[in-house]
Amino acid sequence: MSKTFPKWTNTLPLQIVIFLILFLGSVTVGITYYFTPEYTRVGYRPPQPVAFDHSLHAGQLGIDCRYCHSNVEFAGHANIPTAETCMNCHNQIKGDSPLLALVRSSYHDGTPIPWVRVHQAPDYVYFNHAVHVARGVSCYECHGPVNEMEVVWHDKSHSMAWCLDCHRHPEDYLRDPALVYDLDWRPASKEAQREAGLRFVEQWNVNPPLSCSGCHR
Amino acid sequence: MRYVYLIFGLSVITVLVLAGFRGSFSERPPIEIFPDMERQPKVHPQSPSTFFSDGRSDRPPPAGTVPRGAFYEDTYFASGKQGEDWGRGIPVEVTQQLMARGRERYNIYCTVCHGTLGDGAGITREYGMIATPTFHDARLRDMPDGEIYEVITNGRNLMGHYRYQISKEDRWAIVAYVRALQRSRQGTVDDVPPANLSELGL
Ligand code: HEC
Ligand code: HEC
Ligand code: HEC
Ligand code: HEC
Ligand code: HEC
Repeated sequence: MSKTFPKWTNTLPLQIVIFLILFLGSVTVGITYYFTPEYTRVGYRPPQPVAFDHSLHAGQLGIDCRYCHSNVEFAGHANIPTAETCMNCHNQIKGDSPLLALVRSSYHDGTPIPWVRVHQAPDYVYFNHAVHVARGVSCYECHGPVNEMEVVWHDKSHSMAWCLDCHRHPEDYLRDPALVYDLDWRPASKEAQREAGLRFVEQWNVNPPLSCSGCHR
Repeated sequence: MRYVYLIFGLSVITVLVLAGFRGSFSERPPIEIFPDMERQPKVHPQSPSTFFSDGRSDRPPPAGTVPRGAFYEDTYFASGKQGEDWGRGIPVEVTQQLMARGRERYNIYCTVCHGTLGDGAGITREYGMIATPTFHDARLRDMPDGEIYEVITNGRNLMGHYRYQISKEDRWAIVAYVRALQRSRQGTVDDVPPANLSELGL
């Protein structure tokens, strides 16, 4: 019988199987790596219309977050400050800086400053700042070291799994509500954090929602 | 087969080069694959709007209206005025809790300019804001409480107003705390309760 197939074809099925495993494996890895919020969102750092610098204002000058984001304690939405808030200082400090031209024109005629939004939960998710902040969840847990950022970037993934990680074990993150706005505070150790966290959970009966309707209302 | 692996390897490298790693900075907005549910056509707080001519979705209250819950019977509490003049006295009960609240609010909104001690030496002085007065002089010690409340509400001279950031209750708490700051520079040994004298080494 003549050879229909050359000899190397004997290993071909095996080679194809190995290649397919490798190929499909890398496609899966690639999709989980690149199509999840850890990649698509983290590090999003849009340039802002006014070169506002948190590391200067919140870090170096030590202005409390609530001076500007004054609704964060009472409301679901953490407000971006008005130009009036900026002009409390900038009517005297750097009053004619070209970097502040937009702030001045907004102050005088009310045209909004077109800040570019960084964090934005999907509309089918209900999120509320006040409940979290009042229960001792610091801005740091969800926004990272904002007081060191020259331009705000998206520091955490804000995916559903990320929300649930904390909702299942809030004791790993809770702190004394007086320290919520102190972004430089770190627990002394993991054990100290757990111990204090468990105390807070018990004291306030902290019970974050795990059921779908808690966040998808 | 070698070529297949070569092409495969090259494409992996191309993806890595083009897409980079997690957490690297980017100015591109995050990709949203099915944006129809994620961005519903509804009004969000502080978002732009094409419906209103000024482009804002947040609406100012119509002129001459009072929001529900914002009306106070007590005109002194709401305006700081008794009759035609600035009133004296704090129209809420001054408790330890109110003072603590006043201190917290003072430290958020006032210290940047007026300083933790009320001496006008806040952090902004170093950057050129030199007009901030000290609370510890005769003019401000004699200023009626209602007038201090008014300055927080509507601002004065170079100081802007804080009527949106600080609620009316909190404004009175701050007034009470400012009074305590002023008092702290005026105290004498006679003000200290006898039981606490030993803490001062007296
Ligand atoms: C002097 C005013 C001021 C202070 C103080 C301040 N911020 Fe901001 N913040 C702003 C302004 C203005 C923006 C919008 C521009 C931008 O994104 O940089 C902003 C944006 C942000 C954003 C991004 C919002 C978005 O678009 O998703 C976060 C998060 C934030 N601030 C957190 C903080 C935290 C945490 C602190 C306290 C450490 C703080 N800010 C203190 C003025 C302030
Ligand atoms: C508590 C006072 C205070 C407030 C409120 C404040 N700033 Fe500033 N800002 C400063 C100081 C102080 C500087 C530094 C000036 C210097 O470097 O001499 C500064 C610097 C700046 C600069 C750089 C200006 C330049 O020419 O170098 C920008 C831009 C700026 N601020 C934007 C803002 C915006 C936008 C807001 C409102 C969200 C704001 N600031 C609110 C105190 C303030
Ligand atoms: C539990 C997590 C969490 C904490 C704690 C938190 N944030 Fe946020 N923040 C978010 C999420 C999620 C969004 C996006 C919300 C949306 O799109 O409605 C957001 C959005 C914002 C925005 C943009 C405006 C808005 O409300 O959509 C600002 C400003 C902000 N946060 C500031 C702060 C400050 C200041 C603190 C601390 C006092 C803080 N956040 C604490 C999760 C958090
Ligand atoms: C670092 C911890 C932490 C993270 C991250 C976090 N949460 Fe929470 N969440 C809490 C705690 C603590 C509570 C308060 C529970 C209580 O008061 O009993 C809470 C409560 C809630 C509630 C209930 C509010 C109410 O009115 O009852 C909702 C809704 C919620 N979280 C949504 C979210 C969403 C959506 C995210 C992700 C974007 C998120 N949370 C991320 C800790 C967290
Ligand atoms: C702690 C709050 C929370 C709870 C509880 C929760 N979710 Fe979510 N869910 C979210 C957030 C936040 C997102 C948006 C994630 C994102 O944008 O990356 C989301 C997204 C989703 C999505 C869309 C996923 C996508 O990538 O498009 C589905 C489907 C979903 N949730 C179903 C559920 C179901 C089913 C449950 C109950 C078992 C549930 N969720 C409970 C917060 C929550």
